[in-house]
Amino acid sequence: MLFRVFAKDQLINLYDILAVNHIVGPVSKGVDRHGAPLYDFDFIYDFAELQLDYTATIHSLKRFVLPPRETLCTFDLQKDSWQKHVDFNAYKPTVYFGLHACDINALNKLDKVLIGNVYPDPYYAAKRKNMFIIGVGCTPQPFCFCKSMGTDSVLHGFDLFLTDLGDSYFAEIHSARAFAFMSSLECREPRHSEHLRFVEVNQERMNRFTCHVDTTDLTKILDLEFQAEVWQEWGRKCLSCGTCANVCPTCYCYGIEENVDLGLQHATKTKHLYSCNLIDFAEVAGGHNFRPESHDRLKYRYYHKHRGFVEAFEESLCVGCGRCGQSCLANITVPEVIASVRGEGANHA
Amino acid sequence: MHKLPFVDVLAEKQNHARKQDLTSFEYTFQAEITNVYPLTTTEKLYQIQIIDPEERQRFSFQPGQFVMLELPGIGEAPFSISSSPIRHGDIELCIRAVGNMTDFLARVPRGTRVGISGPFGTSFPVEQMQGHDIMLIAGGLGIVPLRAPIFAVLENRNRFGNIDIIYGARNPSELLFTYQYDMWRQFDINLNIIVDTGDADWQGPVGRITTILEQRIAAAPNMGKNTYAIVCGPPVMFKFVCDMLLKAHLPMQQIFVSLERRMHCGRGKCCRCNIGSTYTCLEGPVFDYWSVMNMKEAI
Repeated sequence: MLFRVFAKDQLINLYDILAVNHIVGPVSKGVDRHGAPLYDFDFIYDFAELQLDYTATIHSLKRFVLPPRETLCTFDLQKDSWQKHVDFNAYKPTVYFGLHACDINALNKLDKVLIGNVYPDPYYAAKRKNMFIIGVGCTPQPFCFCKSMGTDSVLHGFDLFLTDLGDSYFAEIHSARAFAFMSSLECREPRHSEHLRFVEVNQERMNRFTCHVDTTDLTKILDLEFQAEVWQEWGRKCLSCGTCANVCPTCYCYGIEENVDLGLQHATKTKHLYSCNLIDFAEVAGGHNFRPESHDRLKYRYYHKHRGFVEAFEESLCVGCGRCGQSCLANITVPEVIASVRGEGANHA
Repeated sequence: MHKLPFVDVLAEKQNHARKQDLTSFEYTFQAEITNVYPLTTTEKLYQIQIIDPEERQRFSFQPGQFVMLELPGIGEAPFSISSSPIRHGDIELCIRAVGNMTDFLARVPRGTRVGISGPFGTSFPVEQMQGHDIMLIAGGLGIVPLRAPIFAVLENRNRFGNIDIIYGARNPSELLFTYQYDMWRQFDINLNIIVDTGDADWQGPVGRITTILEQRIAAAPNMGKNTYAIVCGPPVMFKFVCDMLLKAHLPMQQIFVSLERRMHCGRGKCCRCNIGSTYTCLEGPVFDYWSVMNMKEAI
């Protein structure tokens, strides 16, 4: 990896260089009921909109890479035959300006199952191949437990990663494209003092994580405690609304529906993101539901994230961004659930 | 100003290390319903043929695998193939009219164009079973996925030992494939059929499938290691039948089950078919009993 350092006022130049493309980044979305600012990813049309010092976004990047509703294909229906037209819905490259390490790691995890699996998902791959990602260092929030999940730093899956050194940015360059852009900026190789400052900044950040999850032997514990009473308790709290899956950067499950146009000449096949907490997630034709109770479904969600994915890819599907706990209407948070399953009491974080 | 180049995943040959053309993963074979046999009041046997002769020949599957059957504009659902593997892309699906798509399917005429994608999933290890006795145990619709291995075994009858089919249904009118029973018996298959409640014409035994299995196990006390069992039926049946087979000393890795789940993709993406956290569409639908024991909430 190559490193460069550039002054903070150069950032607008980097933005201008890239501005001919679509740019998605963190923008301010008002304040919550306590007056704290809210941020979300959205298209950016002016450098002033870009809030690189954002705390955390409400939603993940998923809206852009795995749209909540997506037309997979259309059919031309003739009297006795049909034609299928597949469209991957990717036409332009997009710059993602200012992603935190957890969100980049989330994409890397999605890649494993959606591109690296037996059957790659071309709709996702097409969008993923057209991303230019600029990461930025984050400020750990009280609900972030990415350090426990090993996703507090990112090693690949980005083009450029910026760390704020105070008066300048320390840039990790991870692609030839990014290197080309950087050569148009006034930047230089970092000095030894800046190496030290970079390590120091990251160390300071590490020390600011307050929320932790003990993942030691978690896959086995989830198996051992499959029948534990705590699941029932969480199930009674859970509203089965699916909000956690909505904001989760790595939830990718979906449902398919097909519709015929009123003219009966065309049909569309639409994918809509789903949630394993919704009641009919595992219901089969004929009415049998394999997970009828809310605790079955909640447990399955943890089982998939923290056990199944680990078995398949040797890492958890959870990146520890804490969004699900923040948006949960019943205040169910991952650190609490896991601590309770480990037998550490329901209210220990 | 730098415009980023657009990467066309179709044109980019190195997109995926092994699979070059990503469209192939969204390909649907155009197929035609060539014939429909009503088997009972709710189940019909559909003969479906892939239209392009080359594609039809290239389509090959193993007994136990399933296809996604698509009615454009209506829906797509997984179905076990219940015809002989040697017939390639000229397949038979036995389907009960029970949901939106299957109700629609029950009304379409011969000649309707449908879509087939697949085959997907794991299969029964028929070759590994050669030289052994085989017990096929089916409850209700469970006979449908077992029909493919039955064909595969019949076509190489000399390579297998004793073959038992134990099949239970609720009542005689719900028995499937009745027209084939004589043929199966002629191939030296010990076919036992039992119904929960008989009717005026019913000559055979009445009761649970486990009664027959008990008798069969009692008749051959040391069947143990030389026997493979394939079980398919409603969730409640698996537990009882598999427990009895274990007691009869069948090793877990010689008991196979075919499980059913909701599926929206068949390709290990939609998560709808997960058992615990295992994809039924990729690692199943055929599992050995050891894997089933290791999956939570499987049966």
